[in-house]
Amino acid sequence: MSMILTAIVVLLGLALIFGAILGYAAIRFKVEGDPIVDQINELLPQTQCGQCGHPGCKPYAEGIANGEPINKCPPGGESTIQALADLLDVEVLPLDAEHGEEKPKMVAYIREAECIGCTKCIQACPVDAILGAAKQMHTVIVDECTGCDLCVEPCPVDCIDMLPLPTTPQNWKWDFPLPGAAVIATDAQRGAA
Amino acid sequence: MTAASPIRIWDIPGGIHPAENKQQSTRHGIETVPLPGTLILPLQQHLGARAEPSVQIGERVLKGQLIAEASGMISCPLHAPTSGTVTAIGPAPYPHASGLEEWAITLEVDGQDEWIELAPIGKYHELEAATLLEVIRQAGISGLGGAGFPTSVKLKARPEQKIHTLIINGTECEPYITADDSAMRYRAEQIVAGIEILQHILHPEQVLIGIEDNKPEAISAMRAAVGDRSSLQVVVFPTKYPSGGEKQLIQILTGKEVPSGGLPADIGMVCQNIGTLLAIHDAVLLGQPLIKRITTLTGDALSHPTNVEALIGTPISHLLEFAGLQPERLYRLVMGGPMMGFTLQSTAAPIIKTTNCLLAGTRDELPPPPPAQPCIRCGLCAEACPAELLPQQLHFFAMGKDYEQLKRQNLFDCIECGACSYVCPSSIPLVQYYRAAKSDIRALDLQQHKADHSKQRFEHRQERLQREAEQKERDRQARAEKAARLKAAKEAEAAKPSAAPTGDSSAEPDVARLQAQKPSGLSPEQKQLKIAAATAQMALKKANKQLATNPDNTDLQAQIPELEQAARAAQEAFDRAQGEVATQPAAEPAAGADDAKKLKIEAAMLRANLRKAERAAGDNPSEEQQAEIAKLREEAKEADARVPAAPAVKPPVDENLKKAKLDLAMARAAVKKTERELANSPDDEALQAQLTTQQESFKAAESALHEAENNSPIPPPERQKVDKKPVDENLRELKTNLATSKADFKRAERELQAAKDAETDTAPAQEQLTATRAKLDAAAKAFADYMASKETD
Repeated sequence: MSMILTAIVVLLGLALIFGAILGYAAIRFKVEGDPIVDQINELLPQTQCGQCGHPGCKPYAEGIANGEPINKCPPGGESTIQALADLLDVEVLPLDAEHGEEKPKMVAYIREAECIGCTKCIQACPVDAILGAAKQMHTVIVDECTGCDLCVEPCPVDCIDMLPLPTTPQNWKWDFPLPGAAVIATDAQRGAA
Repeated sequence: MTAASPIRIWDIPGGIHPAENKQQSTRHGIETVPLPGTLILPLQQHLGARAEPSVQIGERVLKGQLIAEASGMISCPLHAPTSGTVTAIGPAPYPHASGLEEWAITLEVDGQDEWIELAPIGKYHELEAATLLEVIRQAGISGLGGAGFPTSVKLKARPEQKIHTLIINGTECEPYITADDSAMRYRAEQIVAGIEILQHILHPEQVLIGIEDNKPEAISAMRAAVGDRSSLQVVVFPTKYPSGGEKQLIQILTGKEVPSGGLPADIGMVCQNIGTLLAIHDAVLLGQPLIKRITTLTGDALSHPTNVEALIGTPISHLLEFAGLQPERLYRLVMGGPMMGFTLQSTAAPIIKTTNCLLAGTRDELPPPPPAQPCIRCGLCAEACPAELLPQQLHFFAMGKDYEQLKRQNLFDCIECGACSYVCPSSIPLVQYYRAAKSDIRALDLQQHKADHSKQRFEHRQERLQREAEQKERDRQARAEKAARLKAAKEAEAAKPSAAPTGDSSAEPDVARLQAQKPSGLSPEQKQLKIAAATAQMALKKANKQLATNPDNTDLQAQIPELEQAARAAQEAFDRAQGEVATQPAAEPAAGADDAKKLKIEAAMLRANLRKAERAAGDNPSEEQQAEIAKLREEAKEADARVPAAPAVKPPVDENLKKAKLDLAMARAAVKKTERELANSPDDEALQAQLTTQQESFKAAESALHEAENNSPIPPPERQKVDKKPVDENLRELKTNLATSKADFKRAERELQAAKDAETDTAPAQEQLTATRAKLDAAAKAFADYMASKETD
């Protein structure tokens, strides 16, 4: 009898101790905010281009967290969709053409001779990458430009071009070798001869 | 020092023994190349930020002159290797695996080879380490071994970590290359001098000069140069590729491994290349910046393979021509060695600070790689890897572009030595996979970094926009409130009956009045009174000051008593209010004081008007004037009588003091008045008698006041504590304007009077009077408006 009682008391005691620890941990290590939105936001390219229909990457991240499709981000392209699918454990979808296509990295360029200094592009730039003042020529800070396109449309004289980012020795990348099986050894010898 | 090295040496894992091919280029010593026609000086010859050009196109530069400055901490300046003219600054051929162009300064050589004035440092022992590091930095020295890391940055990489071992890398393990070998053979003395400079900078406990045993001439030359210096040790170890890698050499000489992702400085060591030491020697002892280097020209396509001391920026074609290039035999041109070098796509590119070898290979020498076959998992690559990585695994992860796994497998510890590719029986270009994977990972990291940066900028912008919108809204509300207040104030003004006294001087706005009126309608009573008192006092002081500079101005003399009166009245009102607060703190919301003050001011104003009227009347007042004066006097008396009634609520002691003060003030005013009258008519005996009695009564009042003051339980007003507001420039100007207008008006008045007295034509005087009055009105209005606007603010 006493053995049973002892067992019950010990188990009850243990339950109370662990309950207290768990309760304390729940308060002490409480996670603030919605971590999944931040995680999704980390994966988005942060061009703030609005092609997904949201006014920035964070709102789209919130949208995805609430069940929106993950294929609305053209600047991120396939790799972003893949990363989002991995994170959220959902199907990989092809990029939704309605929102645009995946393009190489672009950067805005202002034809400075044609700029009239209207400041409209400055107001449109989501990352303050355009420098200029009223009636003064404007220019793009290339390092800050995300290539979002948003400055092109407001320009009244159409002096902004989106150019692909030039390849320099600094950002040039080594190519992966062709797959080994692509060339048969004897063919290679013949081709070289 | 004996020939046998007392130092124990270790072995590195892996490694290979490829054919050395070093003897071809060591037969002619170090040769000098004739000056080329043009030099191309890329702005990026080192790791880090691109240098900034500091010369203009068309400028003539001298040999050794600075032509591009370092643009950041990890950057290197650039100097003209010979004298000539700058012909272009822009993209130019660049020795890079990509074959892309890079910004460069192009120099048209003039052949005179004229040096700029040099500043060699003879006694560097007397200089601080920091000064010498700056000399090294300014000389544009970056590692000449291959990576091109700025030497001054490398030497002070870890200020908190004491460098105990300095390692001199004379290994030169890669086949074909003999640049360091030649340097050690023929420039050993300079190299040792360079080592001594580094010893002075770093104070290492030991200096190890590591040389592979396949360079006997270099070893003996270095041993001879080192002589009996006990701090330097030449360490000879067996030849094996790649023992010349920085981390591998450290392991061979000390048995210690540099931690993954770390620097040799983390374990208290620094490794320097032979070429770098020569450059340091030249920079410190000769004052010459880094403008030349020893480069090996070799390969079967050259009829005269040799080592040359070439100017940096010399086009490769020029060097190959010097070495007897046979273009028909050239199959592949490699910069660097056959293991780690890269294929050049054009001979137009120049040699740069990191170019230690140009290998012009024939087809037999550098055959095209056989096609890669599938990996058979033989494991030879893992045995050959000097960094103890798993090349197979890396290969498979790189093929699958699994960057996370690659990082976990320490891809970035790979030194790209090519040993794994060399031993691979399937001829898999393993290093190419690693290079591609590394550059992909770097690009992704950069992209991630940029995304974070953009996110931050976007968030800051959002924040700023929100802040601006809020500020706009606040401003709009403030403006609306202000407009409403202004409107209310105007309505109140319109509703208030005109309190201005009538008569001859009614149109004359009184500064004292305006100042006294100003605070009357405002909220915290005491503060207002204080301000009123202070401004009245100010006006008085100003008048006094003006009088001091201009003692003949009768207008001013007349003004002063008025101002005194006003100041006193204001001060008294303030004192009273303060006394009240002192005795009844916060209980009485100062309504009585307010009334009393108003009465007081009214009385003062009336008295002032009375005096003015009296003065205007002069000695022979007309009947009308007399009537006016009498009326004013009556009014003033009435007002005076009302004044003590109002503050009757106050404690009696306070009352006594105030009364005494009042008496004194009145007595003083009377004395002054009589004095003035007496001055006008000095022979008037009646006036003189009056003055005497008045002076007596003034004295009596004075002593009464003193007595009252002594008896008063209330502390004297702390006048020092009165907050002096910063002088308002606008207000001062308006006041000055008002005062001068007033003076003008008075003068016009006097002139009119004089004209009248002299019975001449009064029309011009009359006109002037009208004009000055208009001006005075305008000034008064401006002043009043300003005060009103200040009140609403």
